Amino acid sequence: MTIDKIIFLIVAAGTLIAALRVVTTGNLIHAAFWLIATLFGVAVIFAVLHASFLAVVQVVVYIGAIAILFIFAVMLTRKDMRDQGPQLNRNWGFGALLAALAFVGLALLVHGWSGVTKTASAFPSGFDAVSALGNALVSPDAYVLPFEVASVLLVAALVGAVYVAYNRK
Amino acid sequence: MDFLKDPLKVTADWLLGIFAGWGMPELWANVLIGFLGIFILVALLMALDIILVWIERKVVSRFQSRIGPNRVGPFGLIQPFADIIKLLIKEDTTPEGADKTLYNLAPILSMMSVLILWAVVPLAPSILGVDLNIGALYIIAAGAIGALSIIMAGWSSNNKYSLIGAFREVAVMLSFEIPMLTVMLIPTIFTGSMGIGAITQAQDTWFVFLAPLAAVIFLIAAIAELGRAPFDMGEAESELISGYNIEYSGMKFGMFYAGELLRAFTFGGFWAILFFGGYRFFGLEQVSAFLAVAILFFKAFIGYWIIMWVKYTLLRIRIDHMLAFNWKFLTPVAFVLLMTTALMNALLANAPAWLYIGGMFLSNILVAWISLEVARSTSRRERERVEGAKASMPEVAQH
Repeated sequence: MTIDKIIFLIVAAGTLIAALRVVTTGNLIHAAFWLIATLFGVAVIFAVLHASFLAVVQVVVYIGAIAILFIFAVMLTRKDMRDQGPQLNRNWGFGALLAALAFVGLALLVHGWSGVTKTASAFPSGFDAVSALGNALVSPDAYVLPFEVASVLLVAALVGAVYVAYNRK
Repeated sequence: MDFLKDPLKVTADWLLGIFAGWGMPELWANVLIGFLGIFILVALLMALDIILVWIERKVVSRFQSRIGPNRVGPFGLIQPFADIIKLLIKEDTTPEGADKTLYNLAPILSMMSVLILWAVVPLAPSILGVDLNIGALYIIAAGAIGALSIIMAGWSSNNKYSLIGAFREVAVMLSFEIPMLTVMLIPTIFTGSMGIGAITQAQDTWFVFLAPLAAVIFLIAAIAELGRAPFDMGEAESELISGYNIEYSGMKFGMFYAGELLRAFTFGGFWAILFFGGYRFFGLEQVSAFLAVAILFFKAFIGYWIIMWVKYTLLRIRIDHMLAFNWKFLTPVAFVLLMTTALMNALLANAPAWLYIGGMFLSNILVAWISLEVARSTSRRERERVEGAKASMPEVAQH
C-alpha cells in the first residue's frame, strides 16, 4: 500500500463521515459546517489526484462562497436553528432503495471499466496541467461550446436574480 | 559560498547525511526534513508576529502624536512579551450557550488561514515552500478559510454583537474578493502563469509600472479583506464594541489579534511580490539567499506600513457606501482593466519592450481617468437629484 492510498482512504472515510453528519445532525448550522468539512475532503481528494486547480476552485467556490451563503441564509431566515420535526419522512424506504440502486449501478460501471485497476501514468516532465485545462476550455476543438453555454446560463441566472429582487419605485 | 546561495538545500543535504548515518530510510528522512522546514518557518513567523505587535503600536502612536510603549525594556521592546505572558495567564472564559467545539476551533482556523499563505511565498530564488502553478487562486482560497473562521467565531459566541460583526466582516470579505482576484489575473497575463514564483521571476520591470491601477485596486481590496480601517465595519468599536472576537479572552483572543497583524504583513508582502518585484532588486538577490529574504521583508514592511498609514489616517466608511463602492465602482473598474490589459497584451505581443511598457502604463492611466470621470459625473447627478428633492420639499409640505 502506497502513501497515496493511505491518504486517500483516510480522507475518503473522513469525507463520508462528514457527509453522513450533514444529514443526521439536528442543528442546521452544524449541518452547514459538516457540509464544509465534506467539501474540504473532496478538495483534498482532488489534490491527491494532482488536480490542483480543481482542488483550489473547490475551496474558493464551494467553501468560500456557497457554504458561507448557506450559513447566511440559515441565520437570516430561521429564528430557531434546530430542526424540530422527525428526520425521516414516509418516503425513506423508497429513497434508500433509490440510493442503493444508484450505488450498485455505479459500482457495476466502475467494476466493468478496465481503467480502474491500472496505475495512472505520471505527467510527462514540464507538463502544465493548468494551462492544458485552460487551453482546452477555449479551444474550438475541445470544450469551448459547453464552456460558453455554461457562461451564458450563469449570466442569465444572474440577470434573473436581479430582476426578481429588483424593487421598482 | 554555497550555503549563502542556497541555504535550504545545503542544510537539507547535511541533515539527510546525519539521518542516513542513524540508519533511517531516505523517504522517512525526507518527510522529517520537510516537517522540520515547516516547523522552523512557522516558528520564525510567530516570532515575527511578536515583533509586529510592537511595530504596530509604535507606528500608530507616532501617527497619533503619542510615544507608545516605552516602559518595559529599551524602546518598550519587551512590552509584547509581557503582553503574551498576560494573555497566557488570563482566565480562559467560554460564554454560556456557546457552541464549544466551534468556539474553540475558530481561533485556530483564523491563525491557520494566515500561516498556510506562507507556503506559496517565494522568500528567495531558492527558498520557496511549494511552487504551485495556481498561487493566486490559493491566496483567495486561504482568505475563504479566514472568512469561515470569522463566521464560526461570530455564531458560536452566542452574542448578537459578535454575530452582527461577523456578518458585516464576511459580507465585506466576500465582495472584495472579486476585484482582488480580478486584478491578480493581471500579473498572470504578463507572466503567463499563476505561480507566485514565476510572477516574481518575470518582473524584469516591476509590474507596478505596467499596471499602476491594478496595484492600487489590489491594495484597496487587500485592506478591505483585512477588515482594517476604513473598512473595519466588522470591528466598529463604537457600535459593536469589538466585533466577532468580543467574547474571546486570553490566548484565544491573542490568536485572532496575532492572525490579523500577520495577515496585514502578509498582504503587504503579496503586494510587494505581485507588483514590486518580490525579492528582486537589481540583481542583489543573486548574491545571497539571505539578502533576497531581507529585500522581500523590506518591501513587505513598506507595504505593511502603507496599510497602517491608511488605517490610522482614514475614518470608517458606512457599510452601504462600502459595498456600493465595491460593486458599483471597484469591481467594474477591475473587469474593464482586465479586459483592457488582455487586449493590449495581444496587440503589443511582438512590440519592443519600451512600447509594451508605455502602452500598458498609458492604458492603465486612461482606464483610471475615465472611471474617475464617470464616477464624478454620476455622483454629481445623484447629488443634484437629492438636493433638488430637498429644495422642493417645503412646497410639498404647504399643500
